[in-house]
Amino acid sequence: MSDEETKGLLSPLRRKLLMGMAAIPAITMLPRASFAQTPATSAVNTTGLAVTDTEVTVGILHSATGTMAISETGSIEAEKLAIEQINAAGGVLGRKIKFIQEDGASDWPTFAEKAKKLLVNDKVAAIMGCWTSASRKAVLPVVEQYNGMLYYPTFYEGLEQSKNVIYTGQEATQQILAGLNWIAKEKGAKSFFFVGSDYIWPRTSNKIARKHVENVLKGKVVGEEYYPLGNTQFNSVINKIKLTKPDVIFTDVVGGSNVAFYKQLKAAGIDLSKQALLTISVTEDEIDGIGGENIAGAYACMKYFQSLDNANNKAFVPAFKKMWGEKTVIGDVTQAAYLGPWLWKLTVEKAGSFDVDKIAAASPGVEFKGAPEGYVRIHENHHLWSKTRVGRAKLDGQFELIYETADLVEPDPFPKGYQ
Amino acid sequence: MFGDYSLGDLGSIFVMQGFAGLILFSVYVLMALGLAIIFGQMGVINMAHGEFMILGAYVTWMTSNFFQTYLPSLFSGYFFLAMILAFVASGALGMLVEWVLIRHLYKRPLDTLLATWGLSLMLQQAYRSVFGAREVGVELPQWMLGSLHVSDSIEVPINGVFVMCLTVLITVGVAYVMYKSRWGRQVRAVVQNRIMAGAVGINTEKVDRYTYGLGCGIAGVAGSAFTMIGSTGPTSGQLYIVDTFLVVVFGGAASLLGTIASAFSISQTQSTLEFFMSGSMAKVLTLLAVVGILMLRPQGLFALKVRK
Repeated sequence: MSDEETKGLLSPLRRKLLMGMAAIPAITMLPRASFAQTPATSAVNTTGLAVTDTEVTVGILHSATGTMAISETGSIEAEKLAIEQINAAGGVLGRKIKFIQEDGASDWPTFAEKAKKLLVNDKVAAIMGCWTSASRKAVLPVVEQYNGMLYYPTFYEGLEQSKNVIYTGQEATQQILAGLNWIAKEKGAKSFFFVGSDYIWPRTSNKIARKHVENVLKGKVVGEEYYPLGNTQFNSVINKIKLTKPDVIFTDVVGGSNVAFYKQLKAAGIDLSKQALLTISVTEDEIDGIGGENIAGAYACMKYFQSLDNANNKAFVPAFKKMWGEKTVIGDVTQAAYLGPWLWKLTVEKAGSFDVDKIAAASPGVEFKGAPEGYVRIHENHHLWSKTRVGRAKLDGQFELIYETADLVEPDPFPKGYQ
Repeated sequence: MFGDYSLGDLGSIFVMQGFAGLILFSVYVLMALGLAIIFGQMGVINMAHGEFMILGAYVTWMTSNFFQTYLPSLFSGYFFLAMILAFVASGALGMLVEWVLIRHLYKRPLDTLLATWGLSLMLQQAYRSVFGAREVGVELPQWMLGSLHVSDSIEVPINGVFVMCLTVLITVGVAYVMYKSRWGRQVRAVVQNRIMAGAVGINTEKVDRYTYGLGCGIAGVAGSAFTMIGSTGPTSGQLYIVDTFLVVVFGGAASLLGTIASAFSISQTQSTLEFFMSGSMAKVLTLLAVVGILMLRPQGLFALKVRK
């Protein structure tokens, strides 16, 4: 059905033809339908969303200021690119996407307030937004109360599922388990040392990782350490790592601490070409700040790397750089953010409506074949089926793909035996 | 927890952990020195201290880019020039801020808290607009990376040694300027009694401006040095501000020796505790100890005896 449409990313003509075809089944059901590709507004919008005959409004809600602007800027850029591409290809149900951008300012109550503004005042059809789990938790009751649709891009700890949210990043088990399996098999790793920042995502991720190491891989966790967010001194934990000599250092340190951690690791003489290190929190974005020379040799485990060699990604990376500058890099979350507007468009076209209830119901099974990471599909639990990949950091700040799962990994936000 | 390790292992860990504590000590002293002058001597609660540090870090980043592009042959020595430029840039901005903002607030020291906090927000957004929201990576010359190989299990980070040397140098310099030079005498006179100092012919406005500039300049050098160990982004300054105030207040605001003693005790407690428990718990216990001591001794470790 409408899934076929994703193939013709670069061909507007082909797109339009296909969209016309996709509209046919819907048209037969509508009394006052014409053969144009634009179905009547009254038919596709029964709940008073900001949809006109020519335009549909969505919201972008990220931090453009404050601490999190470092991370969220890439997501904003990716979402704008996707919207521009969708518009160039004819829009959604014949309507151009207009976006209203709000600034969450790295402050969680502000996120909730702005989400309410977008849903109540602006009547946006969907929100692309949030980055940290804290901001998503603040926005969640708002989108549920006012029945909005949120496309959330970040890999996160799981333990959540909502009719009103589509999670375009990986949940923890998707991201972690395949990486641990790989490193245990490839490096014969038996002992692991966990280092994380002290908040919900690293703690939950490490809990899952610990259960997997102990129960499935029959290995040993020789240390588990947390440092406050923003900590810049890691010499003590580095000494402990030296003392315990783990096969693998497993890290989920975030933000400015990340930079300090890798610089000090390098300065302490730990050579990442000899000491295996697996991180789930360092993307190309973070390496910009860390410096390739400080992290070269480390393994990262996630679903997307800028260097992926497939046709979709080869079109996506130049398009992104053309819009946002030659020097920008694209990390895992940026790619996931790019999926948001596309998945929403495909779902709207599958449902033949902008109504949130119909979109929520139509989401499971929606496929996006034009995803830069390759094929993705929405699961019944509103997370994505996706492949997990391991990359090795290079001096130039890019990852070299080392391993990818043969099949799509099923999202499992409430993993049994890991809680 | 030590049963599994040989005596040699334990010995080298002891050495390394001691060294980790010393590095933390130098970092604390370096970031607190500028504030010790501004808050300790002038009584200005400078919440923008971290942002002055980050200005130094950005200057270092720009210098590094400049050398890479135009003078790659001299790249190995750029860091020294970068530190001087960082001092000049942060110091100049500090003097400007003093002239525009701070000099109107000497009689209302508590208001400096709000004013400089606002300033820190403005500076953060300015960095974000100019340099972008993403963190930048400062490339270091090869000789500053890696570690000195003392024995098989003891490695000393070169950047740690560098920070330590720099700290000693700047501390000695500041101590000399504040306590031995004629200008330092004027500064202390102005701090103790502004009106009287003016009456005996000291140009108090000029002294204030240069003192504030000196404090900010030192913050800039600290920021420059911290590009080796930490991150450089618009909000990175926030990572340092709490620790910085902690060190200065705990030491007794007006005393340089107090700042050093407090940096030493906090860093040693922190790094020792970190070794036996997780980093977060170590921080909590350190802060609890500091709070406890400050309740018993509100004036800090070392307080100057002055007639009020």
